Amino acid sequence: MSDLEHSVAQPLIRISPSQGWLQLDLRELWQHRELLYFFVWRDIKVRYKQTAIGAAWAVLQPFLTMVVFSLFFGVLARIPSQGLPYPIFYYSALMPWMYFASSLQNATNTVVEQQRVITKVYFPRLILPLAAVVSGLLDFAIGFVVFLGMMIYYRIVPTWAILLLPVFLLVAVLTALGVGMWLSALNAIYRDVRYVVPFLVQFWMFASPVAYPSSLVPEHWRWLYGLNPMAGVIEGFRWALTGQGQPPKLLLIASAGAVLLMTVGGMVYFHRVEATIADVV
Amino acid sequence: MSRVVIHAEGLGKRYRIGQGGRYLTLRDILASSLRAPWGLYRSSTPNSPDHQPRQHIWALKDVSFCIHEGEVVGIIGRNGAGKTTLLKILARVTRPTEGYAEVWGRVGTLLEVGTGFHPELTGRENTYLSGAILGMSKKEIDRKFEEIVAFAEVQDFIDTPLKYYSTGMQMRLAFAIAAHLEPDILLVDEVLAVGDFEFQRKCLSRMGDVAKGGRTILFVSHQMNQIRRLCKRVFWIDHGQIRAEGPAGEVISAYEASQLDLADENKSGCFLDWEISEGGNTIRDNFQDFSFGFSVRLREQVYQGHFGVCIVNESDAIIVGWGFDNLDIPAGVHKLTVKVPLLPIRPGVYTIVCTLFNRGNNLIGGQVVDRWYAVPSLVVDTTPLAHPQDRWAGLLNIPADLEVSPAPAVRPTLSGKL
Repeated sequence: MSDLEHSVAQPLIRISPSQGWLQLDLRELWQHRELLYFFVWRDIKVRYKQTAIGAAWAVLQPFLTMVVFSLFFGVLARIPSQGLPYPIFYYSALMPWMYFASSLQNATNTVVEQQRVITKVYFPRLILPLAAVVSGLLDFAIGFVVFLGMMIYYRIVPTWAILLLPVFLLVAVLTALGVGMWLSALNAIYRDVRYVVPFLVQFWMFASPVAYPSSLVPEHWRWLYGLNPMAGVIEGFRWALTGQGQPPKLLLIASAGAVLLMTVGGMVYFHRVEATIADVV
Repeated sequence: MSRVVIHAEGLGKRYRIGQGGRYLTLRDILASSLRAPWGLYRSSTPNSPDHQPRQHIWALKDVSFCIHEGEVVGIIGRNGAGKTTLLKILARVTRPTEGYAEVWGRVGTLLEVGTGFHPELTGRENTYLSGAILGMSKKEIDRKFEEIVAFAEVQDFIDTPLKYYSTGMQMRLAFAIAAHLEPDILLVDEVLAVGDFEFQRKCLSRMGDVAKGGRTILFVSHQMNQIRRLCKRVFWIDHGQIRAEGPAGEVISAYEASQLDLADENKSGCFLDWEISEGGNTIRDNFQDFSFGFSVRLREQVYQGHFGVCIVNESDAIIVGWGFDNLDIPAGVHKLTVKVPLLPIRPGVYTIVCTLFNRGNNLIGGQVVDRWYAVPSLVVDTTPLAHPQDRWAGLLNIPADLEVSPAPAVRPTLSGKL
């Protein structure tokens, strides 16, 4: 039983003032995968227990926003929608966007919210923003089911492009995680970061093709626009789900590069702050 | 001798004074960068020296030791001596500022009861969550689940959300989970000071069994009896350093002797100890008169002083407080006894905070002789008499009877007319 396991694997833990900057212990993270599962499971359980309408929230939020956007940006402002019905045009963008926005906020707050646990027991702290980002996926999945219904209603037949959807989703997850790691570490040190995040999210939305197509951005600025990984994600979602327009190749390459930098940078910074997190929260 | 499982060499931990008192904010950083633009980077990193000289305090300094497999080591010392800091370093909750430690084996930490509990989740869900946070695998929890529930005696409520549990039930469940942890090395901080007495005994005996099973335990406690019963070897930590180390009996005697004749050099006096009239820290009857005795050692006499005592609950609310003015106490060791005819507060764990002032009170410029968050905590282990659900029970524990009687069908009105 467990006795045997212990005598076979005797890990040596070395505790010293600082561990190297780049010495990310991914193996340790893997060993704690069950804890990640339990944190995700708790987040989801608690969220659905605390809201009166439970899972309906995951549907209502993007759906009502889609209705408002279709009405104001679409019917009234007549923003071009690549020939798509406005509800499809907006909902396909709102799914990844709302996932990103809420995951980012949850990831930012998680370290401070879990300070009691952090000051009492050790586990790789990276699990906290990771759990925040993963647990948002359930809301996304529920919202996606609604979208399938909308596709049937509007008789949109998906093309092979839909197989690439997981890739775009992964970029969204990594973006939320990358930025979330930065912000949650900063939030542990500077407590007013959490008040900045809603503004950041709002600005970021206008810098992403949620309410308009990225074709409105001049061609020669497109690569710069792509440095916002959510631009690539959202265009990618629209294209993969509806088959309309061009695959966002250039945009996606720029986005993938940007997201890689953010994630690696976020990991390094988070890892660096991790050492002092229990002393500052 | 068996092999070494913990080896510490020159461990030290430095804290900034006032750390945790107030959080840094971006606003501060922006404001100071406007005053001194080039200082921005320096002051924005958590560890960099600020432009003002900072005061530091070494919570732990130059601590070295070896612990062998299967040893049960007690750690004793005054409040703030560095015991918890040492455990937190070994638990990897915080990093040492200098020195290093090597640990061979899986470490389990018990710095708090009910780590990770969430009030919205059921007892079952919390058992899995807290167990996982404390380092158990899902398989391990599956295997021990029935045992944990039986140990906690909460079978009937296991699928009820934790927020409907009484404090006692929550604590029993938390202990039961903790008692079933089976790491190679277990670090335990003071947690057994709370909880009802019978249950404490149950946990202690289980911990004893665990120790016999070859596991190593480091155990912080203020209750010398517990330490004597469980530990063969004891570290006495004082001002961040190991002041004595050796067989439990010897070190505890030395510690207790020092408590009597050596107070903190910087203060004009200090509280040493407290207990209730029957001894111990547990009240078993809300309605019996009893007394709290606080022993205090004074280096200089108190003249026209003030003694304040209050009982504080888990959410830091003062349940009741008393103040005594115009005290004249000569130097030496004295016992201040507060007599109370009844204390109808609900079962649970409370902190007693007491403060002694010299030459005045808190309002008219008295000097603080000592302020003490009394250790151990006050445990009220009585039958709950108020509402069965915690959230409606309130702060007091007072019985009530309900009488239902037939009433006249028609209420007579004042005018006598119908």
